[in-house]
Amino acid sequence: MQIHRYEKLWFGVSLLLIVGFIATITYGAVGAGIQMVGDEGGTVDPGEIGDYEIRDGTTFSDIQEPQATHVEGDSYEVAVSSQQFIFNPGTSEPIQVPENSEVTIYTSSPDVIHGIKLPGTNVNTMVIPGEMTKITVEFDEPAEYGIVCNEFCGAGHETMAGNLEVVPEDEWEGDA
Amino acid sequence: MGLFVDEHPDEAFIVRAALMSSFIALLVGGLMGTIQALHRTGFVQVIDNSTYYTVLTLHGVSLVILFAIFFLVGFFQWAITDSLGRGAVDPRLTKAWYGLMTLGSLMAGIAILGGFTDITSMSADVLFTFYAPLEAHPLFYAGLAVFIVGTWLAGVDWFRSWWLWRKANPGERTPLRTFMVLTTMLMWYLATTGVAIAVIFFLLPWSLGLVDSVNALLTRTLFWFFGHPVVYFWLMPVYMMWYVILPKLAGGRLFSDPLARIVFVLFLVLSVPTGIHHQYLDPGIAEGFKFLAMSNTMFLLLPSLLTAFTVVASIEHGARQRGGTGYFRWLTALPWNKPAFTGMALAGLMFAAAGFSGMVNAGMNLNYLVHNTMWVVGHFHLTVGTAVALTFMAVTYWFLPEITGNSVFSERLGLVQVVTWFVGMVLMANAMHRVGLGGEPRRTADPFYEGVTFDTALGSIGELHLQIALGGLLLTVSLLLFMAHVFLTWFDVASRPAPKPETLPPALSGPEHAPAVLGNLRLWTGIAIALIVLTYTLPIAAIVSGNGLFGNAGVLAWGVETLVSLTAGVVG
Repeated sequence: MQIHRYEKLWFGVSLLLIVGFIATITYGAVGAGIQMVGDEGGTVDPGEIGDYEIRDGTTFSDIQEPQATHVEGDSYEVAVSSQQFIFNPGTSEPIQVPENSEVTIYTSSPDVIHGIKLPGTNVNTMVIPGEMTKITVEFDEPAEYGIVCNEFCGAGHETMAGNLEVVPEDEWEGDA
Repeated sequence: MGLFVDEHPDEAFIVRAALMSSFIALLVGGLMGTIQALHRTGFVQVIDNSTYYTVLTLHGVSLVILFAIFFLVGFFQWAITDSLGRGAVDPRLTKAWYGLMTLGSLMAGIAILGGFTDITSMSADVLFTFYAPLEAHPLFYAGLAVFIVGTWLAGVDWFRSWWLWRKANPGERTPLRTFMVLTTMLMWYLATTGVAIAVIFFLLPWSLGLVDSVNALLTRTLFWFFGHPVVYFWLMPVYMMWYVILPKLAGGRLFSDPLARIVFVLFLVLSVPTGIHHQYLDPGIAEGFKFLAMSNTMFLLLPSLLTAFTVVASIEHGARQRGGTGYFRWLTALPWNKPAFTGMALAGLMFAAAGFSGMVNAGMNLNYLVHNTMWVVGHFHLTVGTAVALTFMAVTYWFLPEITGNSVFSERLGLVQVVTWFVGMVLMANAMHRVGLGGEPRRTADPFYEGVTFDTALGSIGELHLQIALGGLLLTVSLLLFMAHVFLTWFDVASRPAPKPETLPPALSGPEHAPAVLGNLRLWTGIAIALIVLTYTLPIAAIVSGNGLFGNAGVLAWGVETLVSLTAGVVG
């Protein structure tokens, strides 16, 4: 088979580009430690999300509060029910986390598939009935973020939104 | 050699029928797009927010399923017949698959249209992805199943033509166009197993009330098993056009026949085991499986990068045949006054841009910034909305004379049409990418939330929304021009003199240069299946073991419980 010299060169450069992409992403995951959604949250009965065991003796409904629950050091936890057409908590009152914290968000859906996105950040995940989404996010600076549902979840989807506040340490009223 | 319509009148009839269906879907779907572009930017709202999702479902299904696939089957029927030089083995089969595809479209279409009226409770406001537990009327799922079976039979029809041709021409290399059709259809058979299983075993029984629930992650995964390769199903006929028609229009011939075959083999092998890259953000699928899908996806860049080289090289060769010289000056020697050439060239250019936004989407970690934002919508309006749609429209100016026997109404009007599409899409898709980077979600009727702001790096959201609306309007103008042009040509309103028949020149480096193994379809299909098994077995096993085949309350759980208690009863 006859292949033009330039075409061989192009082929080589293309392969290099592809391998390069895979390498940078591998570095992002392993080296820079970018957390991605996996299967760590396990499964949950969509009808009984509240009973999901976060850890021994603590259930989902125990920590389903606007204010993040302190675990240890900088670690906090938040549990959110993403449902047609609210985030609970999040919609009726903002979720609050302290600055310089590492927050693990647990969320699942009792009805259909939803998505959670904090615009302007890379906090973004799917919420699927039957599965518990577990992601860990770092919040450094005090800020106010919106939360939007970014997967179509029925007529009313466009109203499904909320807020999250990163509170300065000196104004933080929860456990630290 | 005469025109296709004179050589093969029966096949030309089916090709025309398929294109007619395709263009009706294009008109319906396109006009829905106009409503959306004006509605979600807030400029003109003629529907209420809940109807928006019916419009969106109709837009997606009409364009990416009906418009694209009807055009594909029409074009493939031409490609097989013309390249093998023989008609269909059994015209009844040809009519049957076209009939089934039409019936399926009507069933799904009626279910979707039900969403517009209160007369019936029937609706299918589930968008093109129909993620359960959002539920559509059973007619929608049944229609999809019938449509897909129609496409399967079309593939059988084409394979039969090829088998007979091979018997009559032992030892000859399969013509390039036939090779492309066959590899595309093999890929399609593999890809559609996912959606067929989802629809027939889970969604249809569930919508009929035979089972209580579904495993939402399972049906979603089965959808994407089909949902990514389907984009190559739209793209592969486009590649065929770029490989075999575009070089001819440019005044030259394809650079390399063997390389074109390699590209199609790569698509057959790699298209399916990538679907999980649409699920990077899904819970319930371990990171390792996502990484595997990402690697396959990245390697799938290869056939497209190779295509970019070959197509540009073939065009340059054509330009030099026409007297073009210099490093870049040869570009001016190209037939820019021909809408078929210009439309395809502009579509190719936009596809290059789409490739770059696609590389961002494919990156597991970068994807977090853009997943389910308008960025993604911008991306696929460059791919399917331009690379595919604009190429299909452009090729129509070359193709319609072949299958109707009429000359095109006006090349100049055609040129205006394809350029308007390009300009409209530059405005719309670029602005969509940018609002997406600011976090604006896709698939919403109204992205103006209380207490939520989207910040753009450059310009304002309002400005970008204006570009989306303006782009959408230009696209509508282009669409209507195209439809009018097709109508005027089809019925030869201007009574133009009959077109001259065209022949496609052979490649510079012919099929005899290709290693024989390239033609071994069994081998490549086998490798494709092995890769699918490797990529999908473990994630699907994990999803099923987590929540059962039918979700928590499903019949499997019930069945197992019953079995256990019966066994206990017998043992006790």
